[in-house]
Amino acid sequence: MDQVRRSVYGGLLILGIFLLFLIENARAVSAQVQAEKEQEGDETQTGGSSGGTSKKWKSFLETLPFELHGFLEARGGLRTQDDPHEPKTATLGETRLQLNLFKALDWAKFRLKSDFLYDGVAEGASVDLREANAILTPFEFMDLKVGRQILTWGTGDYIFINDLFPKDYKSFFIGRDDEYLKAPSDALKASLYTKILNFDLVYTPRFNPDRFIDGKQLSYFNPQLGRLAGDDAVIYPRKRDEWFEDSEIAFRLYRDIESYGLALYGYNGFWKSPMGFDPQAGKATFPRLSIYGLSARGKVWKGIGNVEMGYYDSRDDRSGNDPFVPNSQFRFLSGYEQELAKDLTMGVQYYLELMLDYGAYNRTLPRGSHAADEYRHVITLRLTKLLMYQNLKLSLFTFYSPSDQDVYMRPNIHYKITDHWSAEAGANIFFGEKDHTFFGQFQNDTNVYLGIRCGF
Amino acid sequence: MKALYWFSFVLTLALLATPAQGETQLPEPQKAGIEIMEKEQQAFYYPGKDMKAEIRMELITAAGEKRIRVLTMLRWNDPKSKDQKYFLYFREPSDVRGMTFMVWKYPLKESDRWIYVPAIDLVRRIAASDARSSFVGSDFTYEDVSGRNISADTHTLIREEKVGDRDCYLVESVPKQPIDYVKRISWINKITFLPLKEEYYDVQNQLARVFTADKIEEIAAPEGAGRKSFPTAVRRTMKNLKTGHRTEVTLTSVSYNVALQDNIFTERYLRNPPERWIK
Repeated sequence: MDQVRRSVYGGLLILGIFLLFLIENARAVSAQVQAEKEQEGDETQTGGSSGGTSKKWKSFLETLPFELHGFLEARGGLRTQDDPHEPKTATLGETRLQLNLFKALDWAKFRLKSDFLYDGVAEGASVDLREANAILTPFEFMDLKVGRQILTWGTGDYIFINDLFPKDYKSFFIGRDDEYLKAPSDALKASLYTKILNFDLVYTPRFNPDRFIDGKQLSYFNPQLGRLAGDDAVIYPRKRDEWFEDSEIAFRLYRDIESYGLALYGYNGFWKSPMGFDPQAGKATFPRLSIYGLSARGKVWKGIGNVEMGYYDSRDDRSGNDPFVPNSQFRFLSGYEQELAKDLTMGVQYYLELMLDYGAYNRTLPRGSHAADEYRHVITLRLTKLLMYQNLKLSLFTFYSPSDQDVYMRPNIHYKITDHWSAEAGANIFFGEKDHTFFGQFQNDTNVYLGIRCGF
Repeated sequence: MKALYWFSFVLTLALLATPAQGETQLPEPQKAGIEIMEKEQQAFYYPGKDMKAEIRMELITAAGEKRIRVLTMLRWNDPKSKDQKYFLYFREPSDVRGMTFMVWKYPLKESDRWIYVPAIDLVRRIAASDARSSFVGSDFTYEDVSGRNISADTHTLIREEKVGDRDCYLVESVPKQPIDYVKRISWINKITFLPLKEEYYDVQNQLARVFTADKIEEIAAPEGAGRKSFPTAVRRTMKNLKTGHRTEVTLTSVSYNVALQDNIFTERYLRNPPERWIK
């Protein structure tokens, strides 16, 4: 209980300091506006948009031998109900400084991007190195990107079939910025461009798992215990961290035909979250996995349509007889997005996860376990409305699974106070009929959050 | 003999007066209107084989509060058609820095648009069927930025008039399909064919938005073996009279015919912006 109080007080203190900064900045802005009003008629205004201090800061940034940008942010979030498996009410309470350095030379481009944060919930300071990479063009037809990098491909909106680059679901579920859904990869990306086809190859010498829900901060359904669990059953999976042995390879072959983007994908590696279990050691595992898939995206009717599918070859359980390793799957996604009215956009998606060898799964499932469905259907709906010269953004993203009978909603309101300051509030809302379904397991994790950010 | 003469005279008149079936002859002012607007589009949206410019937009509220957008724009004209490709690299504000935006524009059908978000390495297709949406929150719409299909409006040359000391054509353009304005009146310079002023009337037929080209410069560029200059509106303003909000655009480092290649406008450079062109 003391810890909760401490982290909440810590978060409040940080927010307080931020508000002071904000008020100070707002004063500077209004002083600036006043000064500009007095000088009206003289139309030769130059420089930044707000505040004398920010002008000075801007000219300081311009004197550096590299580009420096970033932001300072405070964010806090709370569970809206008690969770018997988590000691803390706070789900999020952090101050984060991001520094983004960039330098382009004739022969290469370098980027270093790192977050420095004090996490009031985990009660510790940490560094999250997001990017540290070089981009080279050894040949006219080839680019290389080496080092820590964020990688994304595929056509889904918050749904990934052929994108097996690491995700950070914890950040996603507690209300960090969308940027943090993607965790960095330590990889080599080679891209080849020809008139007929383009080719991307990503080699990750040492497995990069997801930042999965492990029981800290968020409770989840533990199939071994057969119940919801959290801080009382934190998952420490058997690591896959052998260089070159536990490596991953992903590729994409793609081209545009009449502005329709077509792609083929392949992946050889492991389930990115610990989906397997070793009953002897009592440890969660990352079983082996290969994926073959394809996608298409382009204009359909008045908007953009996409289809994507993938065959998940669960190499450690090809027969489907091992109850502790996920079966192979077929995954399918289809989506459509359209601007309904001025600054109002809607996107819908249908997603199917089909478990193969379902008979074998059912036969070998330990007695008393909750059986997953053979077909998992998910429908998503995204609504985005921009207001006040696009400075105010209202959005709602909803996942609904008619087969699992669970729902996950992400309402968010984001306001750009000035070109530098922004504030946002939102929620992560989970409902479910059952404890063991994908979103239903997080029903005690429903939370609201608030954030304020100053970018430079 | 006389009767036959008169008969053929009347027949000729009748044939001249009746337009051929299917192609209704436009009245003179409308024909002139279309001709002028075609030249205007050429002068305003298509000059050169390609173009590169730094664009600074100031979005100013009625109370005087300002927001700034800074971007680099590359434009390429397809030599084989009226298609164009645009590449935008955003510099300011800091939350959009490094984002890139690509448009493949076709005169008669909906454009293709892509955006790249570097923080998550994400390439998205944009579903923007509404070309009347605001461009980056400014008073300019997508159509204002890249041009509106000429055949979507009926254009009529109303009269000739001076703007300052420059002779202009006054053309009224009425959208054939209902949109957020019912009428646009353009003052088009008779020599350069650049629009010096445009007035947009809303559905109540009240003046709602006004565009002005505030500063025009001659930009010299290589053309074939020699050089040519393109008059360019390097300062432009769009003002919303209903809200008092306005957007002032300044173009700097404008250059034409810089030998941009078609292959710049692809996913490769969307993800990895071409340093040579955006520096």
